[in-house]
Amino acid sequence: MSANHSTARGIARMSAATIVVAWLLVALSASVWPPAAKVSLPGILAPPAVPLSLGRDDLGRPVLARLAAGARISLLVAFVVVVVTGLLGTVIGLTAGWLGGAVDTLLVGVTDIFLAFPGILLAIALAGVLGPGINNVVTALSVVGWVGFARLARAQTMSIKHRDHVQVARAFGVQPVLIVWRHVLPLIAGPLIVEASFAFAAVIVAEAGLSFLGLGVQPPTPSWGSMIRDGSRYLLVAPHLVVVPGLALASLVVAINLLGDQLRDRWLPRRP
Amino acid sequence: MFELRTLGSRLAGAAVVALGVSCLVFALLHLVPGDPVEIMLGEYAGAADRLALRSRLGLDRPLAEQWMRFVVGVLHGDLGSSLVSGRPVAALLGEHVGYTVILALAALMLAALVGLPLGVAAALGAGRMWDAVASILAVLGMSAPSFVLGPLLIIVFAVQLGWFPVGGANEPASLVLPAVTLASGLAAVLTRMTRAAVLEALLLPHVQAARARGLGEWVVVLGHVCRNAALPVVTVLGLQLGALLGGAVVTETVFNWPGLGQLLIESIQRRDYPVVQGAVLLIALTYIVVNGVVDLLYTRIDPRIQSGP
Repeated sequence: MSANHSTARGIARMSAATIVVAWLLVALSASVWPPAAKVSLPGILAPPAVPLSLGRDDLGRPVLARLAAGARISLLVAFVVVVVTGLLGTVIGLTAGWLGGAVDTLLVGVTDIFLAFPGILLAIALAGVLGPGINNVVTALSVVGWVGFARLARAQTMSIKHRDHVQVARAFGVQPVLIVWRHVLPLIAGPLIVEASFAFAAVIVAEAGLSFLGLGVQPPTPSWGSMIRDGSRYLLVAPHLVVVPGLALASLVVAINLLGDQLRDRWLPRRP
Repeated sequence: MFELRTLGSRLAGAAVVALGVSCLVFALLHLVPGDPVEIMLGEYAGAADRLALRSRLGLDRPLAEQWMRFVVGVLHGDLGSSLVSGRPVAALLGEHVGYTVILALAALMLAALVGLPLGVAAALGAGRMWDAVASILAVLGMSAPSFVLGPLLIIVFAVQLGWFPVGGANEPASLVLPAVTLASGLAAVLTRMTRAAVLEALLLPHVQAARARGLGEWVVVLGHVCRNAALPVVTVLGLQLGALLGGAVVTETVFNWPGLGQLLIESIQRRDYPVVQGAVLLIALTYIVVNGVVDLLYTRIDPRIQSGP
């Protein structure tokens, strides 16, 4: 690998991390920004202007402040969903992979059924039936999201449970729960964390997608997806209402995916 | 012989999954928090209306009987009728499914036309310009969701340049922007997969042998490399068709394209649950069938799979 190439990689790595940290800071500081819900009729649909204005929306609310509040919602939903689905999926996958037999067959059957719903369809159906609202978004995305973790944890557990150190622990009569905790979980944590980073990006997109469809976070709470949805009505006169949250979403998702790539390259050995 | 047995076990597996999917879809209506009838009719509906709707939906029967009716209905192509228009759900789905098929096929072709050559070019010039172009496009394509890309395309190509209509399906040109939007993610995945598969195939001994025999670069690439690289790419293509069907739901909403996705979202907003159930079931079953077909194709393309047990 040439020096030039590795410099480029270094820059990419730094900028991805910088973007993610920047959005985190924006989200954490959302409450000290000017009020995102303040309606100001004279400023309706004002375009972005230098310095530090990203324009105003159809009710004259500042886009920048709404963007910050939206970042908080996005990251909060993604965090909760990834933690819930990661824990749930890991426990289920570990159990099935460790026990094998009928439990395993049942799990594979259930995951196959969940995976038969393409992409975001099941989340759309669930969110649609449960009704809009942030809690229902978290529920819908959690119900759909554990499957990936469960499959990964199951496959990893099955490949590790026959290793020598696990067999030795078994022979010594160590409790199964302790074996899994001490001797299996540490070995499968790497792939699961990598999976979690990609899941984080996927949940952010999914939440924005549901909100875009009107099935997610409800007004007046801002979400990037609903900002894009509302802005779509003013494409002719105020394209910034779509462009600004769209670029925000894309930048955060690209950055998280790049970080995930880096985690994977560092922690997981390349396939032969 | 092997083929028959494979076919049988695949069909059985797909049937089990389809049954499970129909159970889950059936359960959707029962997940509605509170009383679905009250939610559909509103708080101020009269008791008689509620009773009528309840018996029309079969909600007054025992759960097991409701489920049996649902499954038998599905097998007969009877998905109930819309609560809003009163028309059979199957007829509604029939009106919209064609648009979704056209959109998905157009996006699939577009993605293949862009992704496959770009992936090959990236692999052949690994580390050079085409590779960089391909990887940047791939990251962008995978990270820009359709509800971001779609409106951006509308701003540039429909509003500013006026080349294509903003939405709807009134003229052939209406298909272009939705198809490009839907294709972008798939094209990105295909580019990445093709690149990896070609890089791997380039190292195979018979490729080296072909080179050593002095065959032209094009002959080697098209005849020896791409044929081997096709296997993993076909698999990914099949798996991604599902993402395409799911993505169509959002893309159709962006462009007001009158397919299944738009029907689904409209029905959710109108609380027309029988239509919601029907649309979700149809999309999921289509995905199962497509995956099954791709699976079988795969065993045909790769003779090594059949020689297994």
